[in-house]
Amino acid sequence: MYRYDEFDHAFVEARVNQFSDQVARRLSGEISEDAFKPLRLMNGVYLQLHAYMLRVAIPYGTLNGRQMRKLAHIARTYDRGYGHFTTRQNIQYNWPALSDMPAILKELAEVEMHAIQTSGNCIRNVTADHFAGAAADEVADPRPYAEILRQWSSVHPEFSFLPRKFKIAVTGSERDRAAIQVHDIGLQLKKDEQGRLGFAVWIGGGQGRTPILAKKIRDFLPEADLLSYTTAIMRVYNLHGRRDNKYKARIKILVHETGVEQLSAEIEAEWAHLKDGELKLPDADIAAINAYFAPPALGPRAEGWGELAAWKKSDPGFAEWVGRNVAPHRHPDYAMVTISLKPIGGIPGDASADQMDAVARLAEEFGHDEIRITHEQNLVLPHVALADLEPLYRALLTDGLATANAGLITDIIACPGLDYCALANARSIPVAQEISNRFGDPKRQAEIGELKIKISGCINACGHHHVGHIGILGVEKKGAELYQISLGGSGDENASIGQITGRGFEPGEITDAIETIVDTYLANRTGAEESFIECYRRIGADPFKAALYSSEAEAA
Amino acid sequence: MKTTRMKTKVLTANRLTDGISVWLGANGEWTTSLRDAFLARHEDAVAAIEAAGQQALADNRVVDVNVIEIEETESGPRPYRLRERIRADGPTIDYTPAAAARVSQAA
Repeated sequence: MYRYDEFDHAFVEARVNQFSDQVARRLSGEISEDAFKPLRLMNGVYLQLHAYMLRVAIPYGTLNGRQMRKLAHIARTYDRGYGHFTTRQNIQYNWPALSDMPAILKELAEVEMHAIQTSGNCIRNVTADHFAGAAADEVADPRPYAEILRQWSSVHPEFSFLPRKFKIAVTGSERDRAAIQVHDIGLQLKKDEQGRLGFAVWIGGGQGRTPILAKKIRDFLPEADLLSYTTAIMRVYNLHGRRDNKYKARIKILVHETGVEQLSAEIEAEWAHLKDGELKLPDADIAAINAYFAPPALGPRAEGWGELAAWKKSDPGFAEWVGRNVAPHRHPDYAMVTISLKPIGGIPGDASADQMDAVARLAEEFGHDEIRITHEQNLVLPHVALADLEPLYRALLTDGLATANAGLITDIIACPGLDYCALANARSIPVAQEISNRFGDPKRQAEIGELKIKISGCINACGHHHVGHIGILGVEKKGAELYQISLGGSGDENASIGQITGRGFEPGEITDAIETIVDTYLANRTGAEESFIECYRRIGADPFKAALYSSEAEAA
Repeated sequence: MKTTRMKTKVLTANRLTDGISVWLGANGEWTTSLRDAFLARHEDAVAAIEAAGQQALADNRVVDVNVIEIEETESGPRPYRLRERIRADGPTIDYTPAAAARVSQAA
């Protein structure tokens, strides 16, 4: 994985010193809150309902055991013993003191981590496929390109005060595990007819109060042109993006209002000036960054095939976990393991300091010291030998990390909601917990099959509800919480925005409503092989609406 | 003319140093318990706590200062808005790591 060079170390250290000075001056009263707020936001420090919140960047969701252990240490030393992994592959601490921020950032810098550009109207932490560098279906590892974008965008003087925040995601295969169509820029690595590497480029996707899917503006961009073309997009956006209305300031609105053809033409015209200039990536630089992401040496471990079969036969719990949470690696003797942070009835994405330490230890012992954070708020060990799956499973079991529910109805995305967030209108976590408990029976979950529920506590959609197969949006109505349901959303290569079913549901009704939807699916599917989203796309919203609101229609 | 009685108000903020939610107490100090908050029952009292809030902001003791409406109940002041009730009582979920581990092992 990427290692800081001298420049990176000096850059992060300089930022820690600068922000430490700003915090000291704030605490002494030398600078006002109005002056300090934009400075703290540039360093990932928010003020939530109960305390400050620190969002730490985990570039493209990749970290090693030492870094994870540091995250655990920070949780234990400066917070309340836990952290929350987010849909942007970052971690948030819910209770750090402002006066501790300098110490926390100094500790993070020791393991090559920081909180730079995790907030503010800049290019945010670049996200990527969590199976990068391991997936069998991958064209190329997306992380080197995410790293190139990270280096280029870090305190980029031209793009540090954009009309609004800007999110870039990169995926390495046709199968989109990075939700690129709901990002400001989505990049899909691919090869052209000559076998050259490049990107399909999408722009103008996003969720929030105006959910819009991205438009593809280029079917193939050679890899050497990544920065020049991205710069062209950023320049056009920076020039024309609306600064008069924050709700219309994202590039998705610009694409929508200008039209993709005109905007593409402007981007191409801008690019014409840039493409053969200094931003063209030299092959040697691309190779140098790629070298950091060279896969670990994975020796043959063919003994795992026989052992795996025997273990599965003797332990149904292990077999179920392998069936749900283990995916094929491109090396046939290895696998990619999803560690669920969705225990039944638990808090989606939360991990205790002890659990973080356990994952660090297990990654070092069984996973070639690599850990990933997924945008679905789980962890991944991307390189585990089949022969090591059983001892890994036993260890995860003792730490409460072996829930076999990846991709199932209890693998719910939920934002922190009104339990923590100053922007939220309604709680998300208790809704997720109740649904998880209702459907927690392993047999029932397995029968329902793949079903993605995503919950946001406000219109900003941090919980990705627009792309949930079932999306839940919490709103405040007459001082009380109300939950709107949308159906048919999807954040993969067949992306779609969910459609609202109708009137919302009170907190005491929402889980029953979800059950009604699930029962309607089970009654209408052609068989177990037809997933919820496939069934919904075939039969449409009407049967679900009828089931949800039929009693009202009769009463009327 | 019919007059409706003013809703009781309290002053709330977050402490500058650690961001913890606080309420202005009757003794002029910030308290971490809503139960100990000074209850402003008439316009003059509201004006006084608003002024105290502006002063505390200027003195860099607190941030995000707000006057909120509460209902006086037998068990103490209760904010009308859920958001403020959660600020006063903490997250409604059992977020402590021990509880999370308990739940997952039971599953």
